[in-house]
Amino acid sequence: MYVAVKGGEQAIEAAHRLLAEARRGDPEVPEVSLEQITGQLSLAVDRVMAEGSLYDPELAALAIKQARGDLVEAAFLLRAYRTTLPRLALSCPIETDRMLCRRRVSAVFKDLPGGQLLGPTFDYTHRLLDFDLAGSDTPHPDPLPACGEREDAAMPRVLGLLDREGLVEAAGAGEQPAGDLTREPLAFPAPRGVRLQNLARGDEGFLLALGYSTQRGYGWTHPFAGELRMGEVEVEIEPAELGFSVAIGEITLSECEMVNQFRGSAAAPPQFTRGYGLVFGESERKAMAMALVDRALRAEELGEEKAAPAQDAEFVLYHSDNVEASGFVQHLKLPHYVDFQSELSVIRRLRREAAERTRREAAE
Amino acid sequence: MNPGQYNFAYLDEQTKRMIRRALLKAVAIPGYQVPFGSREMPLPYGWGTGGIQVTASIIGKDDVLKVIDQGADDTTNAISIRRFFARTAGVRTTERTSQATIIQTRHRVPETPLRGDQILVYQVPIPEPLRWLEPREAETRKMHALAEYGAMHVRLYEDITRYGRVVTAYDYPVRVEGRYLMRPSPIPKFDNPKLHMNPALQLFGAGREKRIYAVPPWTRVESLDFEDHPFRVESWEERCALCGSDKSFLDEVLTDDKGGRMFVCSDTDYCAARRAGSAR
Repeated sequence: MYVAVKGGEQAIEAAHRLLAEARRGDPEVPEVSLEQITGQLSLAVDRVMAEGSLYDPELAALAIKQARGDLVEAAFLLRAYRTTLPRLALSCPIETDRMLCRRRVSAVFKDLPGGQLLGPTFDYTHRLLDFDLAGSDTPHPDPLPACGEREDAAMPRVLGLLDREGLVEAAGAGEQPAGDLTREPLAFPAPRGVRLQNLARGDEGFLLALGYSTQRGYGWTHPFAGELRMGEVEVEIEPAELGFSVAIGEITLSECEMVNQFRGSAAAPPQFTRGYGLVFGESERKAMAMALVDRALRAEELGEEKAAPAQDAEFVLYHSDNVEASGFVQHLKLPHYVDFQSELSVIRRLRREAAERTRREAAE
Repeated sequence: MNPGQYNFAYLDEQTKRMIRRALLKAVAIPGYQVPFGSREMPLPYGWGTGGIQVTASIIGKDDVLKVIDQGADDTTNAISIRRFFARTAGVRTTERTSQATIIQTRHRVPETPLRGDQILVYQVPIPEPLRWLEPREAETRKMHALAEYGAMHVRLYEDITRYGRVVTAYDYPVRVEGRYLMRPSPIPKFDNPKLHMNPALQLFGAGREKRIYAVPPWTRVESLDFEDHPFRVESWEERCALCGSDKSFLDEVLTDDKGGRMFVCSDTDYCAARRAGSAR
């Protein structure tokens, strides 16, 4: 005999205990520490900080540990924490020109002031599983000999060099004050600053696929990687009572400036245009994808045909957020039996009518 | 979550104020979707974050909260949301419709008629009634501004030509006070008549989509229809197997794998009260 389901509360409690057990794994194996996560899984930490939209490696590591390594879930944890934080100040715009670069490459000039600096990259590694890493006592790599002049070498922006000749459009000043879509809902047309904020927080996989789609003809933008840089930048604020800015810390950023061909229009002479990507941490792949998508989203502004998904601001901006997407996709597992019951009665009636119709027609 | 670590009902007071401003605007323009700065909540989007933010913004220490999902208080997500407020606001909770001052709901309107001192908060997944007809927000806002709702009538008409009737079974579009087209959230159309001239204030929160809308007390809410095809709700040949009601929305429950099934009230409080003999 059926009884109305009760006991959901105990079921939830039990599920949470099972989760805690599964998270811990084999108790014989030492628990992973936050230092290990920030130190040895730093790219996971960077991704969670970028998509969680909060720069705090330790909290990101905690989120990753709590989420059992599910990075989308970890970003969600970080986001939910982030909303509770008071806004103490707005930072001054960061100066990536003054970045202490650990990596800087340009694909458009063989050599350039400041040089090409590969840094800690996977590029040119042969993707062969390194079985030496399987153990837990890998010898520490020998430190590189110090290279004295690196930090002093000025690294002017590649696009700045092009700009001197007027070959590339000016960077533009941006909107003041900058919009913030975590405070104000998206509205369309969305200014570029808000679009970039959305992309910087957006899901890396989504941006990667969209950027890729532009390369395969769905909104081709003729891109060149003008410059990629990764390194540390100071964050400054200007307290009203001081009247000058003070540094409050340092963050790691990846920046990508794409140079895109532009044949010119009735209003503008032929000139290279820009696509921009900026992401927390070492996230070069995302910065590049972001720059492609940013440029694609400028189609309308530049008088280009707007037909591909990556050029459609509503499509891109409304679907880039993996915290929103993950929640809504997964809400389908919540009970829907009332709606399903309504559908059931409709479809049964339609089937009954269809069957009657068939019978009548057969009889005629 | 330690009490004291977060503000009363989780949201900070500035955020609540912002949401209440949106609510006031929503009440002033019945059925109009007001954009608001929806916050990231510690529950996933699509799981009631809009309703939770609305409830958090209007709830006070003396309120008594009821949370239902599919009409039932004991569904897992309803429990989770009720616990969230019990924990962050320390308010009293109830399963009795008549005792609640605020009822947060997903997919149902309680069978027990509401009173003027009650507020019904709906969780809304997709607030835009025109969304399946026009995916672009910039366009649908224009259509609302111009009250250009012909496309929706055409869609319903297409149903009639194809199936002989409108086949939309839930989230059935309504016109509020003769002006805005509104989604009542995915309640079965069975519940649509309850929105009409309801003495309670009805608030709708869509967190992921960042929209709030409202139906003030005693407001006309009409389900779209045609003169020759008037709006009709679902009916059952069965009665509730537990309380015998023939007036409530029934859920079908499979009892074995041989086609055995029974029908029971989806509103668990209504059903329990009838069984207890205190029909309300």
